[in-house]
Amino acid sequence: MHLILFILFAGLAIAGALNMLLQKHPINSALSLIVVMTSLAVLYLMLGAEFLAAAQVIVYAGAIMVLFTFVVMLLNAGREERTLGSKASWSVGFPAAVAILAIIASVILKAQGLGNAMLGDKITSTEQVSAVLFKELVLPFEVTSVLVLIAILGAVALARRGDGEERKDRR
Amino acid sequence: MTLDLLHLMPTDLFRILPEVVLTITGVLIMLVDASLPPHVDRRNLGWLAALGTVFALLASQAQLALLQLAERTGFYGTVETSTFSIFFHVLICGIVLVTLLIALDTLPENGHHKGEFFALITFGAVGMCLLTSAVELLVVFIALEISSIATYVLAGYRKENGRGPEAAIKYFLLGSFATGFFLYGIAMVFGATGSTVISEIATRVHTGGHPGLILLALGLMLVGILFKVSAAPFHIWTPDVYEGAPSPVVALMSTAPKAAAFALLIRILYGAFPALQPIWTPLLWLVAVLSMTVGNLAALRQHNVKRMLAYSSIAHAGYLIAAFAGAGNTGITAACFYTAAYASMNVGAFAVVTLISGYEDELPLIKDFRGVLYRTPVLGGALIFFLISLIGIPFTGGFFGKFFSFTTAMGGGAVWLVLIGLLNSGLAAAYYLRLIVSIAQKPEGESPVPPVAQPIGVAVSAALMLAIAATLVLGIAPGEVLKNAAEGAYELMPHSMQMVNSLVFF
Repeated sequence: MHLILFILFAGLAIAGALNMLLQKHPINSALSLIVVMTSLAVLYLMLGAEFLAAAQVIVYAGAIMVLFTFVVMLLNAGREERTLGSKASWSVGFPAAVAILAIIASVILKAQGLGNAMLGDKITSTEQVSAVLFKELVLPFEVTSVLVLIAILGAVALARRGDGEERKDRR
Repeated sequence: MTLDLLHLMPTDLFRILPEVVLTITGVLIMLVDASLPPHVDRRNLGWLAALGTVFALLASQAQLALLQLAERTGFYGTVETSTFSIFFHVLICGIVLVTLLIALDTLPENGHHKGEFFALITFGAVGMCLLTSAVELLVVFIALEISSIATYVLAGYRKENGRGPEAAIKYFLLGSFATGFFLYGIAMVFGATGSTVISEIATRVHTGGHPGLILLALGLMLVGILFKVSAAPFHIWTPDVYEGAPSPVVALMSTAPKAAAFALLIRILYGAFPALQPIWTPLLWLVAVLSMTVGNLAALRQHNVKRMLAYSSIAHAGYLIAAFAGAGNTGITAACFYTAAYASMNVGAFAVVTLISGYEDELPLIKDFRGVLYRTPVLGGALIFFLISLIGIPFTGGFFGKFFSFTTAMGGGAVWLVLIGLLNSGLAAAYYLRLIVSIAQKPEGESPVPPVAQPIGVAVSAALMLAIAATLVLGIAPGEVLKNAAEGAYELMPHSMQMVNSLVFF
């Protein structure tokens, strides 16, 4: 049962990822990305990481993908055009991707189980995740607020019109 | 005073005090900006930002008291206070202060979201400062993003001009892509070693069993950082972004985030991957040679002053990276010193370019600079001085920067690298001299427009004075700065790699 589920969703994730790269229309790519994200969430769940699975669905498959599709539609992006530059980047990028894939595959095949990373099997429950988040990682967690603040500030600064125009708008 | 601070607050808070001071300043600016009526000029907020930066600088200085403690890290081993971090904190706060002073006098009178401008610079400084003291890769990543997002936005600040948004979008897209590489590298490191703490990575690289993964991680992280310092072959964005961004912003983004990124490069190479030195040294040699050659050859063909300086900054990244060829902590010392020297002369050069070309770049070309020395001798003289320093003529910071960088490379056995570097310096002199000649030429009869900013304001004069003083001090009496850089390098190096007698400069 476990194995069947794994093969099913792993296959779905890979198929979705490939489809995302091959589609020429950005909306189709965005929709395939949702498939990838959701399949990954199921894989996380099967590994016993409930919190991560839930976060994956809510944050990635939910919020971020809605944002993506919104942006794509707002920009009214059409089909991609293939230019000389995209051919050049293909010829550099494809071998690089294959090389990275080969390295990762060789590591996985060679190692008898990759060993446990620090987060390993032990920390799976929400309680344990939050213990790490608010203790060892409290500084990055807090500094993230500055990051969010500056992103909002920057968006406002760029999107607002000049003061002169603005006053005209206000009657 | 310093001891008081140590006992006055929790040590963890003291370790991030400069960042806290800058964050509070930024929030204050935002609050005051929001509560002022719309038509009031926001110029004074710039003074508030400058004041906050001075306090942050003093706080960094005061952090020297922390070095007495046995414990060097705080917040569960995520930030470290050392001479190295304090050196870069002081440097970055200094650059930010000078940039704020330039912006105070050169931002247009109204309609330019000055409040947000000053707040963005202050928050950006939080990220840059944190980047130099972070020793855990998650903190490193967030700090890097804070500093990057601030510069993406600032690059697009001239919205009326089509080049501004173009610069911002180019920088944002390519920058995010580079950050993606860096993040993927962090994930690989975590996969291979099971840790994101830099010192732990170093110990586990020795014992860890996945050399392939670690190499991949190193490569991905290098791509991310080399993009930030605009080293070839990751430099394509530089000229377009520098041309489109307002000159005071270029003064900041060509120096402060780069200083922070160089600090990160040093920390990751020598802190996390010292065991892989035989692998990354040749890689960096290649990057150094490419950056010097590509930067200088392209700069020769430019007619626009800012594009020329952009290519020259690529070349300078190359000279700096050449220092990494040096053995042990001499390499770090030379790299730190070069960062300081490059920052002081480049900020100065862009301050003068802002004054001559104007905020909107009304006079962008080299031929527009003709006769500046006759119209405003002060500005012309200052620009010539900074260009001389960029060439690397003695009694300027640029000379000692190059001298130390090339001597360490020589000590590391990279004679051919030094030869290429010297050839490149000669090549570079050609285009700097072209601009100097243009400045010193007699203006033609129907002489074009005089420099835009007249008269020169108090704040920007102070900024120029600071930059000139820094360049001169680094060129005449580099001892003190060099000593601090060497101490920082000494603390940073793993003890197995220390070369105590290698401080050839003294």
